[in-house]
Amino acid sequence: MTVIDDTRPTLGYHLVWAFKDGWTITTRGLVHWIRNPAVAIGGLLYPIVMVALFGLVLGSAMTVEGGGDYAEFLMPGMFAQAMANGVMGTMAVTSSDASEGVTDRFRTMPMSQAGVVLGRSFSDIINAALELIILLGCGMAIGWSWHNGLDGALAAAGLLLLLRFAMIWVGIYLGLLLKPEAAGAAWMVLFPLTMVANTFVSPAQMPTWLGYVAEWNPLSATVTACRELFGNPGVVDGSWATDNAIVLAIAWPLVAFVVFLPLCMRKYRRLSR
Amino acid sequence: MHALVADGLRKTFGKTEALAGFDLRVKEGTVCGLLGPNGSGKTTAIRIMATLLRADGGSARVAGFDVARRPGEVRRRIGLTGQSTAVDEILTGRENLEMWGLLYHIGKKRARRRAGELLDQFGLTDAADRRAKHYSGGMRRRLDLATSLILAPRVLFLDEPTTGMDPRNRNEVWSAVRSLVDEGTTVLLTTQYLDEADQLADRIAVLAALPGAGGRIVAEDTPDGLKAMIGGDQIDLVVRDAGAIDAAAKTLARVTGSEVDIEPDERRLRAPARDRIGVLTTVLRDLEEQNVEVEDVALRRPTLDEAFLRLTGQHIPDDAKETR
Repeated sequence: MTVIDDTRPTLGYHLVWAFKDGWTITTRGLVHWIRNPAVAIGGLLYPIVMVALFGLVLGSAMTVEGGGDYAEFLMPGMFAQAMANGVMGTMAVTSSDASEGVTDRFRTMPMSQAGVVLGRSFSDIINAALELIILLGCGMAIGWSWHNGLDGALAAAGLLLLLRFAMIWVGIYLGLLLKPEAAGAAWMVLFPLTMVANTFVSPAQMPTWLGYVAEWNPLSATVTACRELFGNPGVVDGSWATDNAIVLAIAWPLVAFVVFLPLCMRKYRRLSR
Repeated sequence: MHALVADGLRKTFGKTEALAGFDLRVKEGTVCGLLGPNGSGKTTAIRIMATLLRADGGSARVAGFDVARRPGEVRRRIGLTGQSTAVDEILTGRENLEMWGLLYHIGKKRARRRAGELLDQFGLTDAADRRAKHYSGGMRRRLDLATSLILAPRVLFLDEPTTGMDPRNRNEVWSAVRSLVDEGTTVLLTTQYLDEADQLADRIAVLAALPGAGGRIVAEDTPDGLKAMIGGDQIDLVVRDAGAIDAAAKTLARVTGSEVDIEPDERRLRAPARDRIGVLTTVLRDLEEQNVEVEDVALRRPTLDEAFLRLTGQHIPDDAKETR
């Protein structure tokens, strides 16, 4: 028989278990990744195909504002877009766990409820880091490189992972909100959001209003900041958003995190309504 | 001592009332079958008692703790196997149990040992190291059930544990449930299957929702008591010659004092019989005097479908009937 400890748990106890349970769930996520590489590879295929299409097929016809090689211009955009698209994965897993009995089981157990989301975010960040390493390799294969030393490159990678981290909370929220089928269709809405940015072309080359939207797109901030930190072309001084790209690339994800974390917690609790 | 007490639970989703005052008491170490058709609020009731859903009104105590005020204490003492299984298909059966064991905070060593015990208990040892993706429906359900038992819960909730299962898988689940009860677990089980409640439950609570209202318990008794409550036995008679049906019907009506239900094609007559043995001998003697030949005669208890009709004035909807 199980001995039940009836003492009221302390905050430290909660924290320790949040991390322990979070880690158990992280390992589950990683085992999925290893045993079901098709899903992860499918996720990677999209940016790789885009890199090939834009870098090799369209690249020759593309001009970079302020001059420079298109592949050099494109890659930071691809990295950021891949991080932003990670929201789809988080959303899909969250939504399917909720529709199968897994989330119900979590919620009827004496485990740490914070650990559930913590585990999701751990395993997604580890995934994202691996994905980023593979994409960096792809970029190098088509002639992209960083020019501001390892410090700059690591800082850029940090900003990219920060973006992915914010998207985890957006994804968990949407995953709890939507049924798995709807979560699949959300792609149609999210895709244009990641395209209306400075990923593939400079906003200056778009119609004025669209260029304005693209320039203030949170994704553009990360892209510009990465171009700056990697020492890639396409960063043309001018607007406030461009001049303060690094600040915005930190601020936008933090804002998203601060907004979506409580939304996730509320939604998770409201599953019991 | 009651392991489970629900008092006047109410729940409304939007404008739809799901539960309109749900009362239930389940004694420790017994199985209570919550029987009702689709949409009668069975799942809502279970989800409230398993701390997954908050009631709009009323209260519930499970294993001695209020589900709304002390959900943490309740969670340490319950297991739930819901309608959708909580099995991770990419992990093996053993890995599933070990992961859930860790999340139940019993430690790696004990999680491993407990997984082995449960795999054994549920006949999954041979399949233990295969991925759950390749399990049959019955195996998956048994694995799910095993997960609910990692902590040896005081109260186990089973929400339609055999829905959509073939008879062999269903029997496997049933025998697993029976052996749990032998070890003292209290079980609350919802089902749409009449024979399931009849087979497993010590007591049956019938949950029904009248049109436009939420579900409530309309009857609660032992399976036999429930059958007795809804009108006792029926006499079932088949005559050899179709020409004798009318005469037989008259006799049957006179002796039982009730209306006779006739199925001419089968030459079958049916009537409720209050006094079992007396009715049977009188009917047979009178029919013999009239030279009506009887091919078959039986006294039988009403089915739970008939019970449902009597209790609620509704037939069990077709989609909620047994389809096996």
